[in-house]
Amino acid sequence: MTEALLALWDGAFGSSYAIWSATLVRSAPLLLLGLGVALAFRAGVLNIGAEGQFLMGAISATAIAQSMGGTVPSIVMIPVMALVGALAGASWAGIAAWLRQRFGVLEVISTIMLNFIALASISWMVRGPLQEPTRIYPQSAEIPGPAQWPFLIPGQRLHLGFVIGLLACGIAWVVLTRTAIGFRIRAVGASPSAATSAGGIAVAGTVLRVFLVSGACAGLAGAAEVGGVTWALYEGISPGYGYTAIAVALLARLHPGWIIVSAIFFGALEAGASAMQRDAGIPSVVVQVIVALVILGVLAGSQRRVIAGAATLGAEGRR
Amino acid sequence: MTRSVSTEPVGVDPRDQEALALEGITVRFGSVTALEGAHCTIRRGTVHAILGENGAGKSTLMRAAFGWLTPDAGTIRVHGAPVRFQSSADAIAQGIGMVHQHFMLIPAMTVTENIALGGQGRFDASTTAARIAEVARKTGLPVDPTARVRDLAISAQQRVEIIKALVREAQILILDEPTAVLTPDQATELLRWVRSFADAGGTVALITHKLREAFTVADYITVLRQGRTVVSAARLALSESHVIEALTGTGTGTGVTPASVEASTVGPTIRIADLATERRMVDHIADAPVLRLDGVSYVDARGVTRLRAVDLAIHPGEILGVIGVEGSGPRELLRILAGRLAPTSGRVTRPDAVGFVPEDRLHDAVIPTFSLTENLALAEGGHARGWMDWSRWWGVTRDLLATADVRAVGPDIPMATLSGGNQQRFVMARERRRATAALIVENPTRGLDLNASARILADLRTFGGNPRPAVVFHSTDLDEVLSVATRVVVCFDGHVAEVQSPLDPNDRTPYTRAMTGSDGAGDVISAERR
Repeated sequence: MTEALLALWDGAFGSSYAIWSATLVRSAPLLLLGLGVALAFRAGVLNIGAEGQFLMGAISATAIAQSMGGTVPSIVMIPVMALVGALAGASWAGIAAWLRQRFGVLEVISTIMLNFIALASISWMVRGPLQEPTRIYPQSAEIPGPAQWPFLIPGQRLHLGFVIGLLACGIAWVVLTRTAIGFRIRAVGASPSAATSAGGIAVAGTVLRVFLVSGACAGLAGAAEVGGVTWALYEGISPGYGYTAIAVALLARLHPGWIIVSAIFFGALEAGASAMQRDAGIPSVVVQVIVALVILGVLAGSQRRVIAGAATLGAEGRR
Repeated sequence: MTRSVSTEPVGVDPRDQEALALEGITVRFGSVTALEGAHCTIRRGTVHAILGENGAGKSTLMRAAFGWLTPDAGTIRVHGAPVRFQSSADAIAQGIGMVHQHFMLIPAMTVTENIALGGQGRFDASTTAARIAEVARKTGLPVDPTARVRDLAISAQQRVEIIKALVREAQILILDEPTAVLTPDQATELLRWVRSFADAGGTVALITHKLREAFTVADYITVLRQGRTVVSAARLALSESHVIEALTGTGTGTGVTPASVEASTVGPTIRIADLATERRMVDHIADAPVLRLDGVSYVDARGVTRLRAVDLAIHPGEILGVIGVEGSGPRELLRILAGRLAPTSGRVTRPDAVGFVPEDRLHDAVIPTFSLTENLALAEGGHARGWMDWSRWWGVTRDLLATADVRAVGPDIPMATLSGGNQQRFVMARERRRATAALIVENPTRGLDLNASARILADLRTFGGNPRPAVVFHSTDLDEVLSVATRVVVCFDGHVAEVQSPLDPNDRTPYTRAMTGSDGAGDVISAERR
């Protein structure tokens, strides 16, 4: 047991490599994904489709990088990938938002279903349109050099996506607490009836916009993962980041600032789990158990209804 | 207390035998006494109207009769035999059926499934459907057993509720405000059916707000006031004015003789305010109206007409009291005036900003988890742009707490930590700040204790400003309205009519008459009499 925990610690924080090339690299997608989930929950939208929106962002970013080729400079290529990824995530969330507003379909159901469609889309892409030229492996070719996002520290794998995640959390924090739009989001999430009746706030419009932004965050995370870490598209590109993101958001109590802490915590758990399996021979599913216990602990200590409603579904999504 | 059946006179008309007798019924909810020794004897083959104002205890009494609650004291007899109901299942077993104001049906299920619910043993759709069809044919209540309840109109759903009771062999039907959800035609139809059901030997207890219904369809009338039975007699022995006196309590215990009761009701009259009348009424007010409705109608999502061609003008400085029982239109009228509801037809003239104090404070007016500052800023949440200047909002909140005398530690504490009275004063002050010209206030004292209520009403009376705001005020408590309003209109069946002030300021009769429609102002029910 001690050996296992030691291996977990070493894998997460035991060396500069563990910190800069494992833990923080795994935290990068969780920052954006957790933020997206938290924003949606703040507005009363139970978007648990971050996984699907992430995958669609990854697919789109890969496709645009491949089609633009190696001649376009990074300064153009990287923003385009980020934008296309964010748009793809927003569109994927937009389907659920449209279903909610047009037909009253609960987003907890539609977003989960869209996750499966996104997963199936990747399987098709890596065996069809985006498969590598030899047509042997179910994955895409490596994206061209200019499309590979820069590393932040020489010799370490920490990439630009992490900084974008930090910035996004900071911006979200300022928007929620200091601007009229952020105030509307919080009001709509806290009490749609009072927001309408006392505030004259257009609830449906606010919900729609937040839903799209939430999807854009997840899509951007997908683009960053392809550009900064994998450089290619394959089926197992996400080890369930989109579901871990729900835990990230809940542990942070939906606060953008705490999401940074919480994303690094879960990133460390993911990184440590791989090390634990490698060094101590303990299955990484044990970490999944730890993650689940953390979520339950957060829930038990939490009084907030929105969290309670969402987390039961989040835990279910993780399986 | 307990009489036996043998004390009934021998050889009387079987119609006079008691079906359901309630004696000395007392029900307390905590420190509140809902019923205090209420009594009522419902005879077989009769329609018995139970009348009373809001909170008089009508529904509580009938719930006791249906086994929904166990009285703290009193006796219930069914067909002469004393019973003690542990639940409504016991009451159903004794042949009592109740149709509640809010239907107890599952919309996604068929009529057959709904009626079979609560039954025992195997469920066979075809036999149940056949049984329903048989009951429907016998009783003349058309219903399609295979239809889904959500596809049925309200009146059809009500028929399903009645058939549900009859399929369970109910001989005594309790109908709670059955016509409240119906159009006048449907109401007439239903009351006609009620009459024929009683003529065929059934027994009906009809809870109603509407005096006219009681007088057109009932054989017996029981009036409850403040949890006590004040009148219980055959309809033919009662006059409308006598019943109104009983409902409102004016005259009782003050030594008023029947003759003077009759005389006092002659003076004041109530009229439907057509536009011409309306204009004459407000001629003495020089300023142009702040709020104005021209031929405004509203049909709700279920297709029920809530307001019918309403004309109304409200002027600066006046406090317009709106009275009317639930469902008769006040709620919709206030929301249309406040701009929270768009009318189905007609024209609304109102300023851009109208203050609105909704009835459900914690749900519609404030966000309990937000700070006072945020709750104040909420009023401008819809059209605020760019940055929120929280330090300015904090200062405004602090000033508002002082001027409105809201007792709070400071602007940063959550709304939920304030007492109900202070929350309401905060909301009123916020809405006054938002809109200086017009304020719509709905049941502002709901859930507040006497002192807090008195302060809220005093605030309403003393609103200043130049010009003074126009205030529209609705309360289910008639006394509150009369203590504050400078002019009173009544909603009845979607019509809005002005009530002329009676010569005697303590006389509540014209108002009660108007709310119950006993002046013929609303729907005139012409159920056939035998």
